Amino acid sequence: MEPLALYIHWPFCLAKCPYCDFNSHVRERIDQARFAAALRAELAWEAARLGRRRLGSIFFGGGTPSLMAPDTVAALIADARQHFDAAEDCEITLEANPTSVEAGRLRAFRAAGVNRVSLGVQSLDDTVLRFLGRRHDAGEARAALALAREIFPRLSFDLITARPGQTVAAWRAELREALALANDHLSLYQLTIEPGTAFEAMRRRGELTELDENTAVAIYDATAEETARRSMAAYEISNHARPGAESRHNLAYWRYEDYAGIGPGAHGRVSVGGTLLATRRHRAPEPWAELVERQGHGTTDQNAVAPEERAREALLMGLRLAEGIDPMRFAARTGMTLAEALDDTMLHAAIDEGYIQFDATLRATEEGRRRLDALLGAIVR
Amino acid sequence: MTDTPIDRIRNFAIIAHIDHGKSTLADRLIQVTGGLSEREMTNQVLDSMELERERGITIKAQTVRLAWKARDGKDYVLNLMDTPGHVDFAYEVSRSLAACEGSLLVVDASQGVEAQTLANVYQAIEANHEIVPVLNKIDLPAAEPARVRQQIEDVIGLDASDAVEISAKTGINIEGVLEALVTRLPPPKGDAQAPLRALLVDSWYDPYLGVVILVRVKDGRLKRGMRLRMMSTGGVHMLEQVGVFTPKLVAVDDLGPGEMGYITAAIKTVADCSVGDTITDDRRPATEPLPGFKPSVPVVWCGLYPTDADDFEKLRESLGKLRLNDASFHYEAETSAALGFGFRCGFLGLLHLEIIQERLSREFDLDLIATAPSVVYRIHSTRGDVAELHNPADMPDPSQIDHIEEPWIRATILVPDEHLGAVLTLCNERRGQQADLTYVGNRAMAVYRLPLNEVVFDFYDRLKSVSRGYASFDYQMDGYAESDLVRISIMVNGDPVDALAFIAHRSQAEKRGRAICERLKELIPKQLFKIAIQAAIGGRVIARETIGALAKDVTAKCYGGDITRKRKLLEKQKEGKKRMRQFGKVEIPQSAFLAALKMDA
Ligand SMILES: Nc1nc2c(ncn2[C@@H]2O[C@H](COP(=O)(O)OP(=O)(O)O)[C@@H](O)[C@H]2O)c(=O)[nH]1
Ligand SMILES: C[S@@+](CC[C@H](N)C(=O)[O-])C[C@H]1O[C@@H](n2cnc3c(N)ncnc32)[C@H](O)[C@@H]1O
Ligand code: SF4
Ligand SMILES: [Mg+2]
Repeated sequence: MEPLALYIHWPFCLAKCPYCDFNSHVRERIDQARFAAALRAELAWEAARLGRRRLGSIFFGGGTPSLMAPDTVAALIADARQHFDAAEDCEITLEANPTSVEAGRLRAFRAAGVNRVSLGVQSLDDTVLRFLGRRHDAGEARAALALAREIFPRLSFDLITARPGQTVAAWRAELREALALANDHLSLYQLTIEPGTAFEAMRRRGELTELDENTAVAIYDATAEETARRSMAAYEISNHARPGAESRHNLAYWRYEDYAGIGPGAHGRVSVGGTLLATRRHRAPEPWAELVERQGHGTTDQNAVAPEERAREALLMGLRLAEGIDPMRFAARTGMTLAEALDDTMLHAAIDEGYIQFDATLRATEEGRRRLDALLGAIVR
Repeated sequence: MTDTPIDRIRNFAIIAHIDHGKSTLADRLIQVTGGLSEREMTNQVLDSMELERERGITIKAQTVRLAWKARDGKDYVLNLMDTPGHVDFAYEVSRSLAACEGSLLVVDASQGVEAQTLANVYQAIEANHEIVPVLNKIDLPAAEPARVRQQIEDVIGLDASDAVEISAKTGINIEGVLEALVTRLPPPKGDAQAPLRALLVDSWYDPYLGVVILVRVKDGRLKRGMRLRMMSTGGVHMLEQVGVFTPKLVAVDDLGPGEMGYITAAIKTVADCSVGDTITDDRRPATEPLPGFKPSVPVVWCGLYPTDADDFEKLRESLGKLRLNDASFHYEAETSAALGFGFRCGFLGLLHLEIIQERLSREFDLDLIATAPSVVYRIHSTRGDVAELHNPADMPDPSQIDHIEEPWIRATILVPDEHLGAVLTLCNERRGQQADLTYVGNRAMAVYRLPLNEVVFDFYDRLKSVSRGYASFDYQMDGYAESDLVRISIMVNGDPVDALAFIAHRSQAEKRGRAICERLKELIPKQLFKIAIQAAIGGRVIARETIGALAKDVTAKCYGGDITRKRKLLEKQKEGKKRMRQFGKVEIPQSAFLAALKMDA
């Protein structure tokens, strides 16, 4: 079996960003000890049923995990190493916000065992950072990047593109600077207005106009061009890396491998006794902690994933990757062959159109990936 | 009640252009003669259907029996026949008129003669009616009775010196109308001893009484308990009730020659009661039916489809219920690749189509979509036989067609001089042939022969817009003529969309084909694959539009491990495809076709 990927969710932030629909909560005071204990307990519970497996990666995501006490991070890493057989090069990532306070703790996280950070830079423009409701400015972001580069062997950061009013030229300039600052990994996300966010309310009131379709397309094209020029072409729709520097943890999602999700709202896909389970924990932090305290885990949903569901999930994740899907692995993982999972007529139409290549692997071409939502709708049975 | 001597009966119709005051005058006549108490009197008593009242049109014929003591001191029975007032029902109108000896020609004294006035008056003349001109609305400051009197003489050629000047609204000189009926209309003629001959004027379905038939007795007597025979079909029914309208239904023992009234018999549907049929006594039948009977034939056809496929059965039921009361429309189930299951329906005309469609949505709460109306073409095959075609999708291969004939109409349009140019241009664009152009006062009267096919395609709307609403329009069917007609198919990625196919004259084909392609281009959302929309005659493409492929459609956001949500979205997307129609590798939302058809109407 492939090594396990372990996700640990820290659900707290200093403030809620207006675009964000992640499971993040703002609290006056956080009972660090209680949540540390609950996370460790849930990890132990999950490990017990998974058995001793190889561990390929750990990812501390959020929320804002850089608000965690470094001791908690250290304890969780130590626990994980105890429960599982961590690979020698086990990738241990922590999402960090680039405010000065959090930057100050980077060394402590490194000492705790974190070997990769992902910084939520979002933009290198102060005006944009204010618009995005961020608590850091571009100067702090650059400083945090410089510091992180000294401390961590691996480093990535996030930018949000296709923002209202953004021009292609401005984005090219910002992206070039970002590429110059980047180590070997970069995530470039297009702003999505999500239901229930402050941005959505603003849009409804007419205070926010989404970027027009043509500019969004031009920005997408400019991104592909600029990153390719710097040997940082997309290996996944929004993720760029130099060869070999891909996020191992995220690859587990896209390759539809086993991952365990610990913490409030965390999702998992884990094989237990030969069955692939979809798991989900209680979203709200305190009720989740109570559940863990009472029964050892905060799971609220747990379902066996049926073959056709597995096939759809494997396809919608796998086709995001430039490397595509290996037919043998697909069949072994889902219990269905690609031929069974795909509509033959539409698949061939997509191949003829140059959206899909299907030889040793099934891949969406660059043309196909930029239209992946429509493409999946067409070819998936 | 029915022992009225025949010379004390007067049977009359009221003919008028819409809004000239026909219904108001009828109300007033009923009121003055005391047919209804003050309490029972509503406005437009005779327009009973909600739709009739709202639109001010009469769909079913009705009669009222009025009792009037005239200045000569004698009691008269005046039977008022309210006729449907639209060309779609021209045949029904002609039967209603055939039941009367005379007409009141109501003309709005502030407006003058209009297109419908003319069309109706010619029908009355054809029915040998004595015509009494009535100038209505003289209470209005704008009324010009002298000018309108002159107009009636000039345009219609009727003596209008004795025209009765009234105000139906305020009640001025209603007695004058009643007196004129008594003194100027001839009494009916008929032989009470001859075998029964009664004209079937109209029929409708009453939830309590079953089918009610409106009749005019010509010869003989209608008596309760008789066995009736419909002469066109031979159908025999037991007569249950005979009566008159006051306008309430009042049963009587019998009805003699010259009388109007109703009968009920154990008849299940109005389809067994053809307008214009002769009803006779089964025991002692007449040898000759009354003249002028014609079975009703639909003139305009279109497909009706439920927007929600689940409503198909409900639509079938509703059509059945409507047909209970209106045998002049026809329907048969049909299937369209683009629209699913529906019905091809035939109507007497565009108004009839509109009425049925509106009743389906109003009374039966159905959301419907109609394909473009098509007229009935006559296809002469190379083998020499003739077939009627009322669905463009059924058009045979051109190689099997020798020639095609299409129906023409004779249209009368009255329009103020300043808009005449625009109206003539419109008629010429629609392949019209001018038959006459004269003046009625300061207004032009253009008589045109036009292909009906050009009229069912947004002619009314265009006429209204080019004349700023001032043109009045009426028409009658005017035979068939050979024409260079072609079927235009609309194709999406090479697959024909049956519901959008239409037949047009070759000269109009390209323009209309292009218009539909352009419209579809606006309506169909971009997709994964580019979409070619073409209009073609046979294999020859006459118009083309291309909808380019989507430039980008991908969520480029951080996902983490929540794959369930992504999968559910994908599954929802697949579910949505059930409302799509597959054309090769592209799927078009049905709503795009519906919208294209809606804009057509
Ligand atoms: N001022 C005036 N208005 C009238 C007169 N007769 C009818 N009307 C109005 O003209 C409109 C049309 O009348 P209606 O009887 O419905 O016309 P129909 O379409 O011929 O049945 C209504 O608003 C009536 O109130 C009249 O003598 N004087
Ligand atoms: C789990 S989130 C938050 C990580 C961290 N708390 C932060 O804000 O830097 C990971 C990334 O998703 C991206 N993201 C969040 N909401 C988004 C949205 N509505 N549209 C596009 N990208 C979004 C941001 O770039 C963010 O850094
Ligand atoms: S974007 Fe990051 S910091 Fe902002 S609310 Fe979301 S998780 Fe928290
Ligand atoms: Mg009326």
